[in-house]
Amino acid sequence: MIRLSIPLRQALARLSLPVLIAVAFGTMLLGKADTVLVERARMALSDALAPIYSAMSEPIGAVRGVVREGRDLLAMRSENAALREENERLRRWQAAALALEGEVALLRRQLSFTPEGSTSFRTARVVADGGGTYARAVLLATGPDLQVRKGQVALDERGLAGRITEVGSRSARVLLVTDINSRMPVTLENSRARAIMAGTNTARPRLQHWPEGVLPAEGERIVTSSDQNLLPAGLPVGEVRWSASGAPEIELYARLDRMDLLRIFDVGLAGILPPEAVARPEPRRGR
Amino acid sequence: MVGRREPAPGLFRRLDGWARASLPTVAAALMMIMAAAPVGLPSAVPAIALVSVFFWSVFRPAAMPPPAVFTIGLLQDMLTFAPLGVSVFILLLVHGLAMRWRRQLARQSFLVVWLAFCGFATVAALLGYLLTALLGWTLPPPISGLHLLGLSAGFYPALSFLLTRAHAAIRLAEERP
Repeated sequence: MIRLSIPLRQALARLSLPVLIAVAFGTMLLGKADTVLVERARMALSDALAPIYSAMSEPIGAVRGVVREGRDLLAMRSENAALREENERLRRWQAAALALEGEVALLRRQLSFTPEGSTSFRTARVVADGGGTYARAVLLATGPDLQVRKGQVALDERGLAGRITEVGSRSARVLLVTDINSRMPVTLENSRARAIMAGTNTARPRLQHWPEGVLPAEGERIVTSSDQNLLPAGLPVGEVRWSASGAPEIELYARLDRMDLLRIFDVGLAGILPPEAVARPEPRRGR
Repeated sequence: MVGRREPAPGLFRRLDGWARASLPTVAAALMMIMAAAPVGLPSAVPAIALVSVFFWSVFRPAAMPPPAVFTIGLLQDMLTFAPLGVSVFILLLVHGLAMRWRRQLARQSFLVVWLAFCGFATVAALLGYLLTALLGWTLPPPISGLHLLGLSAGFYPALSFLLTRAHAAIRLAEERP
């Protein structure tokens, strides 16, 4: 250790706080100026922590499972009634679907229609909350056998959850559709009108920019749109709900508050990237 | 009375001292990393950092020097994907102010310190909101700032209970020959 005289040491101790505050301002400027460097540093830290999170996710999952089980037990009676009713309704739908399937097959034969190739997906575990006070994002554990790229979409078992924005070697960050920076092209299923789903950092993203003459109906299903070949079309997103203030919002199918596994869709499309990442689109890796 | 000189500190004594000195920072960093795991709640990482920095700055400033505060702030920004430098600045400010008022604060009862901490948390949340808005050039919804405030105020009693235990243990270890 270097020996310093006591007054000098005291002076250094008194100076360190103002100097570090100045350095903090410098860091803010650096974060604004060189986003690539900051992103790389963040993904390096996420990569380093990913194994810890992976190990931790087991006990945390167990605790959450116990809590959920207790809640489910309490709600079992009413849930049973609701399920019975839903089952009845689904049976009717099944009949309708079978009839429609036959009809579609018949029409396809007549049109010699080639169906689109089904999109493949891989599943990754959500290991950490990648957001903070002002962002909605999660961190995925990926590995050498699970290559992901920026711009791929992520779905939970029910519907669209978000899009991959940053990729490290062992982890990837998914910006959720509820984040204030998220914009997604969507289609209103009944009217086939295009619109934009914009995140607001609240549980329900807002519907914007639908064409004139079309009014999103309460409860109308929203699916992804393949406009500009950015996303695979027809992935389930949610339903339209008009808020009390008269703005159309989307009630998501995905349960963003309890995600554990996400399906990453490999569609081979360039994907929409946040503005700072647009400069370097990543090509599809050859396989 | 003239005694012998104290022997030069051996390796283990020095390791012991280092461990004691770095315990607050390392514990805060570990808790923050743990809190980043997904539980479906608003992130508790900023609240833990704020409570740790405030507590140690008031009750044991030697254990939380400015460089340690800087490191914790940087870790928070990295973990929460906030604009880089914002929490560093806020935590350093909290540290500086808490140091300045620590002589008054450390003598008060738990309730008064808690209230003072709530004041600090309010300022921190406001400042964080303003800086995030300024750096991102969008107006984030204020409810997130309120979450941070509520979590910090709510975490303080539980965390300070743990930290007080740690503080007492460190003091005990130091007083023992």
